[in-house]
Amino acid sequence: MIKNSDTSFGIVNIAIHWITALLVFGLFGVGLWMVDLSYYSEWYRTAPDLHKSFGLTLLALTLFRIIWKLINPSPKALSSNKLETMAGKLAHFAIYALLLTIMVSGYLISTADGRGIEWFWLFEVASLGEFVPNQEDIAGDIHEWAAYILIGLVVVHIIAALKHHFVDKDKTLVRMVKVQKEEHQD
Amino acid sequence: MKKLMITLAAIVALGASHIAQAADYKVDIKGAHAFINFKANHLGYSWLTGRFNKFDGNFSYDAKNPEASKIVIDIDPASVDSNHAERDKHLRSADFLAVDKFPKSKFVSTKITDLGDNKLKVEGDFTLHGVTKPIVIDAVKIGEGKDPWNGYRAGFAGTTTINVADYDFKSAWVGEVQLELLIEGIKQ
Repeated sequence: MIKNSDTSFGIVNIAIHWITALLVFGLFGVGLWMVDLSYYSEWYRTAPDLHKSFGLTLLALTLFRIIWKLINPSPKALSSNKLETMAGKLAHFAIYALLLTIMVSGYLISTADGRGIEWFWLFEVASLGEFVPNQEDIAGDIHEWAAYILIGLVVVHIIAALKHHFVDKDKTLVRMVKVQKEEHQD
Repeated sequence: MKKLMITLAAIVALGASHIAQAADYKVDIKGAHAFINFKANHLGYSWLTGRFNKFDGNFSYDAKNPEASKIVIDIDPASVDSNHAERDKHLRSADFLAVDKFPKSKFVSTKITDLGDNKLKVEGDFTLHGVTKPIVIDAVKIGEGKDPWNGYRAGFAGTTTINVADYDFKSAWVGEVQLELLIEGIKQ
């Protein structure tokens, strides 16, 4: 099953979710590490180059993901608690918003002086120029703080998923791992 | 007696001319006819240059008595510009200038020695990254005179070398940095 249904996520959605998870953790870790590298480290140039390339990849993936979400049904929430369902929706929306904020601000740091960003040494993603004075500083602060908030929210996201699995004993977590067969009433 | 009177008159006249000519100048930042550049070695292979875009200052100068001159320059370290946004962001960070913590840099002359031939030795206190150290600027007067817009201008060039380790930079490995001050002032 490629597309989502009312009860199950399709393979595309599941794949994007876990690739995103991997990239978010990777980018966050590398981001923290690379800003403290010494100038003479052999990673001093390579790590930021890779961080930017993977970040742009995640941006493209996220834009596709949003389109995919719009043309697909979303599986219904399994909790009967309305407040919990609302909180979940709000948190998911915030995660999307933070992802876009982080990636756009990251792009704005590197492109503040008109330089583009090279994508895996293959082609250049052009700069759109400077939108505000000191763009690299402002975008840098937003990039950093939004990343910390995102990781905080991801922790909540994980705890919530585990709560569904172990406390509520529903399929919320399982259906993000495996495409669910259509349920038959028998 | 007459001789003495003449001498006295001459001294008074000389003094008066001193007072008349010792003028205060404001650095022409409005027209951007002043520059504060820096130059640091990159890897031992080449030079990296940049400048501070925001600064202000004034000086007093009298060609007849250069040693009575004074100069004060205030620099905004956050205005560092090395023609690369990512590098400038890094230069403003705690690794280098730490501009959030130390938003002001300043040079105040303490002693100016006339070396002749328009050359001046400008001693003073330089504050950078919250540290104040005495430095010596080798300066030369480029020229002075009327400008075409009813003003009067004087211009100087000065160079000095500092070691960022003396100013407690976290990235002390940068080592020596040359500073170049090209200062044009308009007589007030």
